Amino acid sequence: MIEIRDIDKWYGTTQVLRACSTSVAKGEVVVVCGPSGSGKSTLIKCVNGLEPFQNGEITVDGVPVGDRGTNLSKLRARIGMVFQNFELYPHMTVTANICLAQEKVLGRSKAEAEAKAAGLLSRVGLSEHARKHPGQLSGGQQQRVAIARALAMDPIAMLFDEPTSALDPEMINEVLEVMVELAQEGMTMMVVTHEMGFARKVADRVVFMDKGEIVEDAEKDAFFGTPRSDRAQQFLSKILHHI
Amino acid sequence: MQYNWNWGVLLQEPYLGWLISGVGWTIAVASAAWVIAFTLGSVVGVARTLPNRWARGVATAYVELLRNVPLLVQLFIWYFVVPELLPDDWGRWVKRDLPLPEYTTAVIGLGFYTASRVAEQVRSGIESISRGQSMAGYASGLTTLQLYRYVLLPVAFRVIVPPLTSEFLTIFKNSSLALTIGVLELTAQSRQITEYTFQGFEAFTAATVMYVVITLTVTAGMSLVERRARIPGFIAKGG
Repeated sequence: MIEIRDIDKWYGTTQVLRACSTSVAKGEVVVVCGPSGSGKSTLIKCVNGLEPFQNGEITVDGVPVGDRGTNLSKLRARIGMVFQNFELYPHMTVTANICLAQEKVLGRSKAEAEAKAAGLLSRVGLSEHARKHPGQLSGGQQQRVAIARALAMDPIAMLFDEPTSALDPEMINEVLEVMVELAQEGMTMMVVTHEMGFARKVADRVVFMDKGEIVEDAEKDAFFGTPRSDRAQQFLSKILHHI
Repeated sequence: MQYNWNWGVLLQEPYLGWLISGVGWTIAVASAAWVIAFTLGSVVGVARTLPNRWARGVATAYVELLRNVPLLVQLFIWYFVVPELLPDDWGRWVKRDLPLPEYTTAVIGLGFYTASRVAEQVRSGIESISRGQSMAGYASGLTTLQLYRYVLLPVAFRVIVPPLTSEFLTIFKNSSLALTIGVLELTAQSRQITEYTFQGFEAFTAATVMYVVITLTVTAGMSLVERRARIPGFIAKGG
């Protein structure tokens, strides 16, 4: 579904991605982790073309992302994305947030879009908040709306960029639960996160990045059981054993 | 100081009529100029934030040129110089047949100048919105046009209502410069009353009161707009 081959990316003279290659098969859940500044957020944003890259190739469902001829809007409409800071549109109600791209990009009617929104809101447990504005919701609620907004486009894959990093600890679980459910339903997912509990529970593979490189790309059990690289071992011992 | 106060002069004809007509022209110049300033300023302000280098370059040049030349000089250029620079036929039409030439020139000069200032407000409003909002819009498949129309501008315009109010007030006050090219607006009429009656204190007091009434009305209107457009639970975030 998602093929990433030999991606190099520079910001000016600083190289932030070095020959990154990995893939996400249909129905697979791949967790990308690593210390901050390792390039994992940049890599996931390359997948739907939010960040340009200089070398290499990324294809999503066979469509090359970096190609000049590719209609990026069309491709992005098929890939759902959830951000660290939710990025709901503050001036619109929750329902309007979920309907905007459905109507303007997919051309669905207002009634159709609203029905879809209502269904998804009940699924993420937020039906009673449909008429509120994002600023009136907690972080966890906003992130669940953001997930509903992405799902409303009937995506072929979902990208999550640190979806729980900006949340208060007591709100992390309500978001993770929605994500676990999605994974178990067979959604193709690429998830940048530090939540190793989530990775253990639903990931098929774990990709570990450091300094712009993919250091380890392994089946979940292999990664948690016997990480090959020192850097991954160090990272895991720090992240799993903190008090 | 020997001065014969005579407030009654303000209520005598023709002076009362002059004042009223002055207020009318002031409002007419400022409102029409504001329409230009707001529309053109919004377009230029948006252009300054676009990914396209050419659009940004042209918009930046416009802003830097128009906001760095004194308004009075710009009015003189529009009135005395531009008609000479136009192709002969157009220049002749402007000088002979342009309806209300002083008024039209004042509106254009004031409108184009204020547009450069509005453009900067619009740009700062757009730039106050975090980059993540654009990313979220693009990620859902919106085009740049749709992103501005539905996501960025509705928030940006809300953020800049207070500074835009100031610009709107300034355009009423700056409209007094139109007297230099012969528009008989409020300041010009007060001066004329002074010349006919030697009651300068009264005439300019009247003008002062009129300006304050106009601007306070505008302020009240704009705070109504601000309250109407308030987003529940929204606090503008920096960057």
